[in-house]
Amino acid sequence: MSGGGDKEGIKSARAANSDCSLILESLIVGKSTEADSMVEWSDAERSAIAAVWGKLNLDEVGPQALGRVLIVYPWTQRYFGTFGDLSNAAAILGNPKVANHGKVVLGALDKAVKNLDNIKGTYANLSQLHCEKLNVDPDNFRLLADCLTIVIATKFGAAFPPQVQATWQKLMAVVVAALTSRYF
Amino acid sequence: MVEWTDFERATIQDIFSKMDYESVGHNALARCLVVYPWTQRYFGNFGNLYNAAAIMGNPKVAAHGAVVLHGLDRAVKNMDNIKATYAELSVLHSEKLHVDPDNFRLLADCLTIVVASRLGTGFTADVQAAFQKFLAVVGAALRKQYH
Repeated sequence: MSGGGDKEGIKSARAANSDCSLILESLIVGKSTEADSMVEWSDAERSAIAAVWGKLNLDEVGPQALGRVLIVYPWTQRYFGTFGDLSNAAAILGNPKVANHGKVVLGALDKAVKNLDNIKGTYANLSQLHCEKLNVDPDNFRLLADCLTIVIATKFGAAFPPQVQATWQKLMAVVVAALTSRYF
Repeated sequence: MVEWTDFERATIQDIFSKMDYESVGHNALARCLVVYPWTQRYFGNFGNLYNAAAIMGNPKVAAHGAVVLHGLDRAVKNMDNIKATYAELSVLHSEKLHVDPDNFRLLADCLTIVVASRLGTGFTADVQAAFQKFLAVVGAALRKQYH
């Protein structure tokens, strides 16, 4: 930092110092309540998310998204050793356990959509489960989010313009962060 | 040396032969600038990028999107030698344009979404896998000369 001895330097250093401690204080206060929301959603974002979600058939989209993950990123099959035949795309897409689990995942995502202001709190237990019990590498959350986004794009076509895509990917990023939050 | 199955080759040729390069290029680049706003830093002389509508309507964005897609066409026509095909482009992006190579993946992701939205149910999981493999190889080739 510049300004060794002069008064202006000391004054501005003190101001910067108190700014820093104010910021630190708010961070500590912020961390003390789980329900405290750090993510801001505009009205436009909320309605865009509701509009997309409202048009989705979760029982259809869930299986498709999970199926794509297992096909496009084959190493993810390691998490589903008990699912039976995952030997090729047709097998994966026709596999009832994959379909069922896809529905489970989308059902859980519904909780985030209904609790936009507390996604981190909503997923605290799920995050712990994925880390401690299921031992899922958190990179995989992003892969599933990407495949879900692609499924939506295939279904919505021109009704998934850039601004809606941006909002949707923001939601995905917040969800992924929440699921990763108990890992460290 | 990248191995391509017959299905992958046919899929890539099929997608690009039916593609409107101008429209898809415009759409993909615009999405990149909207969804990942920090990428706007590379286009300081493009004029108004203030919001999604401005970006979508910006003629320089449209023109540059087409340039990028026509550049991609060279990989489509040289699938067995993408690395060499892009050697000079890689040097250009690293030494002259100073583009962070992470951005190749961002643009590839946006391009995937545009293609998915145009093909609809025709963008099956197998097609998606082939397309993403192609873009990953392109990205790796563009990254090659960076170090």
